Amino acid sequence: MSETSLVQEFTKGLWEEIPPFRLVLGLCPTLAVTKSVETGIGMGLALTFVLVCSNILVSALRKIIPSKVRIACFIVIIATFVVVVELSMQAFAYPLFLKLGIFIPLIVVNCIVLGRAEAFASKNGVGASIADGLGMGLGFTISLSVLGSIREIFGAGMWYGKEVFGASFQPFTFMVEAPGAFVCLGLLLAIMNLAGKK
Amino acid sequence: MRDIIRMIVVLAVLCALSGGLLAAVKSGTAEKIEYQQLKFVKGPAIKEILKGCSNDPIVDRFKLQDGDVERSFFVGVFDGKPNSVAYETFGKGFGGPIGIMVGVNLETDKVIGMGVTTHSETPGLGARAKTDETFKGSFKGLSINEPVKVKTDGGEVDAVTGATITSRGVCAGITESAEFYKRLKPQIVEKAKAFAK
Repeated sequence: MSETSLVQEFTKGLWEEIPPFRLVLGLCPTLAVTKSVETGIGMGLALTFVLVCSNILVSALRKIIPSKVRIACFIVIIATFVVVVELSMQAFAYPLFLKLGIFIPLIVVNCIVLGRAEAFASKNGVGASIADGLGMGLGFTISLSVLGSIREIFGAGMWYGKEVFGASFQPFTFMVEAPGAFVCLGLLLAIMNLAGKK
Repeated sequence: MRDIIRMIVVLAVLCALSGGLLAAVKSGTAEKIEYQQLKFVKGPAIKEILKGCSNDPIVDRFKLQDGDVERSFFVGVFDGKPNSVAYETFGKGFGGPIGIMVGVNLETDKVIGMGVTTHSETPGLGARAKTDETFKGSFKGLSINEPVKVKTDGGEVDAVTGATITSRGVCAGITESAEFYKRLKPQIVEKAKAFAK
């Protein structure tokens, strides 16, 4: 694996295949936890950790795992790391854990993680899989923080818990509700498509 | 046949390793998680009850076995003397059990404060038991040895307006807690001494 292709594997997750905009996967947490930047980043980092670890193990074991039970094996690996994240988040960032709640255990069924294990890590070497996991994870974190920023700024008039506008600002509460998440995601997707049009 | 055995072996080994890792992580973080849960769920109520104590009641805690249940006590040190404890008890509310943190002075057996930790009462009515200062304040100074009752039942407590069932549930919870408090008191006093500064 040459160095340029490693960089390529890493950067494709940041723009060309950035989840959840290009790969429209993992929408459930995307819509649910982007009420604020903080939860968005927390979710993104948790997913990045799980993605990198599961990619490493899946690619390292790809020759040992029989293809008939590969999905079961991937799920065991992913679920293990998700519980590790869940427990460490409870131990070191309890308030964040309370905000993310059920969406941390739900990373197990996040399509991005299983998708990368199946589509990439099970066919490529460990180095490329780490690059792929890091890129995808960071891309997801960036997407979630952008989405979270927009919703928090308009919906609550705050950014990372700090007031952005003066006291006269009337929060546009629609943005922090579920429909606001769909509209915001749709608009961002449209902008991304427009920007990526050749 | 070889295929099946290979699948079984791979999956079994993978699951065993995963189980081992999780057990290690779980036991490694258990203490920290317990502390965090106490700090963020019960911490606010404990801090309010034992206001002005010179120690961290969440660190200075001990457990006592009471029949089948294990009860936690949080020690408050005032003027260098560990003379107060806070403990949690449960009362029957309108929407389910109400977790009540009660602070008692070990020398006088008087309630020094109380706070609601967990509940599922109606927002705006029973849920106000958590924030209503008049209601919470009216428990202060009551003796734990006497049954605690709301005013309409002939007691001393100002019930939360529109939430008589919740208020009664809280009172009954505290009255019931006096039973195990009295039963365990010699042990509580003994254990609390260890926290003297």
